[in-house]
Amino acid sequence: MWDAFGFEFINFYLIPGLVLGCIYALGAIGITLTFGILRFANFAHGEVMMSSAYLTYTFMALAAGLGFSVVPLVAAIPAAVLTIGIALVIDRFFYRPFRKSETIIIVMASFGMMLMVRALVPVIWGPNQITFVRGITPMKPYLDGMLLVQDKQWLIVMGTIVVMTVFSLIMNYTRIGKAMRAVSDSPDLARVTGINVETVIRATWIIGGFCAAVAGVFLAMNTQQLSVTMGFRMLLPMFAAAILGGIGRPVGAIVGGMVIGLAEELIAYPWQGAVMQVVWWFSEVINATGMTEWAKAVHKEVRSTPLLSPGYKAGVAFGIMVIMLIVRPAGLFKGRVF
Amino acid sequence: MFEWLLSDQMVGNMLYVNSLLLMGGIYALMCLGLNVQWGFTGLFNAGIAGFAAVGAYTYAILTTFASGMHIGGYELPIWVGMLAAMITSGIIALAIGAICIRLRADYLAIATIGIAEIIKLILKNETAITNGPRGVAKIPRSWEHLGDARVAEKLPWRLFGEPSAYEGFFREWYPLLFMLTVVGFVLLVYLALEIARTSPWGRVMTAIRENEAAARAAGKNVTRLRIESFVVGAVIIGLAGAFYAQQLRFIEPTNAFDPTKLTFLVWVMLIMGGSGNNRGAVLGGLMLWVIWSGTELVIRFGANVVGDIFPDLSPSVLVTKASFLRLFLIGLILQFVLQRFPKGILPEVRPAALGGKTNEVRD
Repeated sequence: MWDAFGFEFINFYLIPGLVLGCIYALGAIGITLTFGILRFANFAHGEVMMSSAYLTYTFMALAAGLGFSVVPLVAAIPAAVLTIGIALVIDRFFYRPFRKSETIIIVMASFGMMLMVRALVPVIWGPNQITFVRGITPMKPYLDGMLLVQDKQWLIVMGTIVVMTVFSLIMNYTRIGKAMRAVSDSPDLARVTGINVETVIRATWIIGGFCAAVAGVFLAMNTQQLSVTMGFRMLLPMFAAAILGGIGRPVGAIVGGMVIGLAEELIAYPWQGAVMQVVWWFSEVINATGMTEWAKAVHKEVRSTPLLSPGYKAGVAFGIMVIMLIVRPAGLFKGRVF
Repeated sequence: MFEWLLSDQMVGNMLYVNSLLLMGGIYALMCLGLNVQWGFTGLFNAGIAGFAAVGAYTYAILTTFASGMHIGGYELPIWVGMLAAMITSGIIALAIGAICIRLRADYLAIATIGIAEIIKLILKNETAITNGPRGVAKIPRSWEHLGDARVAEKLPWRLFGEPSAYEGFFREWYPLLFMLTVVGFVLLVYLALEIARTSPWGRVMTAIRENEAAARAAGKNVTRLRIESFVVGAVIIGLAGAFYAQQLRFIEPTNAFDPTKLTFLVWVMLIMGGSGNNRGAVLGGLMLWVIWSGTELVIRFGANVVGDIFPDLSPSVLVTKASFLRLFLIGLILQFVLQRFPKGILPEVRPAALGGKTNEVRD
C-alpha cells in the first residue's frame, strides 16, 4: 500500500525538502554567526551566496575556454576563496567604520550593500537568467525503482554533512572556534580574557563566507540557474532559520534550516488526500460501506490539491518566523534575544 | 506676447518639469512617512514597497470601473479610495508592530522585509482579486477622471453645467492640477509632522530613540508609542502609494513595486536629506528624484553614443546595465553619506525646550 503514495511523498516532497533544508542551513550558519558575534542582521548575506554562484559559473566558463570541462564543485573552490575575500573586503570598508556606533547603522549599511551587490551582478554578468548546468539530471532508481534520487541531491546532502562536520569540529575543538563562542556569549568578558575580537570577527567572515559560498553553489546546482534575485529570495528563509534555531546558535541554525526547507516543500503535499486515504482504509477495515463511499468520493476530489498553493511556498518561512517571534523569540535552542 | 510659452518645445519642457515635481512629491511623501518611523523613533522599515503596494492596490480596486479581470467596479470616489489606502496600510503596520516592535530594530527590519515579500506573493497569487501579475489597469487619476463622462455623470452637482462643457478642460489641464494636489499634500503632511515633531508626542519619540531605558523609566509606554509612530508612518506611505497608483495608472506586483526603486531609493533620499528633519526628508525626496530621472536621460544618450562606437553592443542591454550601475552608484552614495555625513544635508534640529513648563507629557 505504500507505493500508492508513500514513495511519491519521499521522492517529490521529502528529498527536495531535505536538499533545500541543507542549503538553508548552510546559509543560516553565516547569518547566526554574524548576528551572534557582530550583533547585527546581515542583509547582504544572500548576495554573498549569489556572488559565489556567479563566480563558480565564471570559473567553469574559464576552464571551458581553456579546453577542459569541470564540475561545479571543482570550480567552487577558487570561487569560495574569492567569496571569502569579498566578505572580508565588505567588512573592512563598509562595516568596520561602524564598529563603535549603534548596530542599526550597520544593518543599514548591510541593507545598502545588499542592493549594491544586487546591482553590480547584472552589470557584470548581464540581467538575464543564466543556465548553471545544462540538461535535466536524471532521477536514478533505488530499491526496485521506488526510490528516485538525483545525483545532485546526493551531492548536496553529502557535501552539507561534510561541511557541517568540519564546522562543528572547528567550533568545538579549535582555539578560534572557542574564542568565537566566547565573543558570542559575552564580548566584554571575552575581551578581558585577552581574546582579540578583530581576529574573531575575521574568522567569522571566513567561516560564514565559506558556508555561504558552498550554499550558493548548492543552490545554483539545485535550481540549475543563476538569477539576480536568487540571493534575495534566500534571505527570508535564512533569517527564519536563524531565529527559529535561536540567534547565535549554529546548531539551531542547522536545525532551523532543515525545518524551514522541509516545511516549504511538504506544505505543497496534498495532505487532505492522504488523510482521506487513511479514512478510506479505516472504513474498509471496520466494514462501514457508507463511510467508504464517502471517503472515496472526497479522496478523488482532493487527491491532488496541495495543502497550500506552491505559489505561497516563500511565505512559509515568514509564517514560521512570525509564530516564533510571538511564542518564543529566543528560538528552539535558547539563543540571544535583543 | 506669450506665444513662446505655448510652443511645442516649451509645453514639452513644462510637462517634464511637472512630472518631475509630481513623482518627486510622491517620493517626498514616502520620505516623510519613513521619517516618522526612522527619523523620529528609530524604527527600521525595510518594506516600504510593501506598504506602498497595499495602499496602491486598495486605492486601485476601490476606484476602478468594473473590468472583469479583478474584483472591483466599486467606482468609489477618489478620496474614499485614498482614505482606504491609508487605513489598510496602517492596519498592516499595526499587526507587524504588535508582533515585533518590542524586540530590537533588527527584527523589525527582517519582519518588514518579510511582509513586503508576502504582500507581493498575495498580489501575485490571488488572481481573482488583483488579476495577479497582469495587474490592475485604468486607475483613475485625480482631476483627469473628471474629464471622464462616466464619472462626471455621477457627481451630485453639475460643476460647470453639462459634462461635455468641461471634459476638455480637465483632460488638458489635469497634469498641473494633479501635481498641485500632490505638492499640496506634501505641504499638508509636512506641516502636520512639524507640529507633531515639536509636540510632546514628537519629543517622546526622540527620547525613545535616544535612550529607551530612560524613556521607560520616565513612565512612558514605549511599546505603544513606538507602534503609534510606526502606524503613522505607514499611513503616510499608504497615501503616497495611492498617489503612485494614480500616476502610474497601471500597477502590477513586480516591476511597479520593485524594492530597489521604492524601499531603497526612499531610504537613500531620507538619509541624504537628513533623517529626523522633515524639511530634509522633502528635500532629499525631490533632489534625488531629479538626479535619478536626470541620469535616465544621460544613460539613454550615453548608451546610444556607445552603441554607435561599438556597433556589436546592443543599446538596450547597455541601457539595462547602465541603470543597474546607477543603482550601484546610489548605493555607494548611501555608504558614503552614512560614514561621512550621517546627519545628511539638513541635520536634525531639536525643538526648543518648553519654556519652563513641567506639564505631564503623556501617560
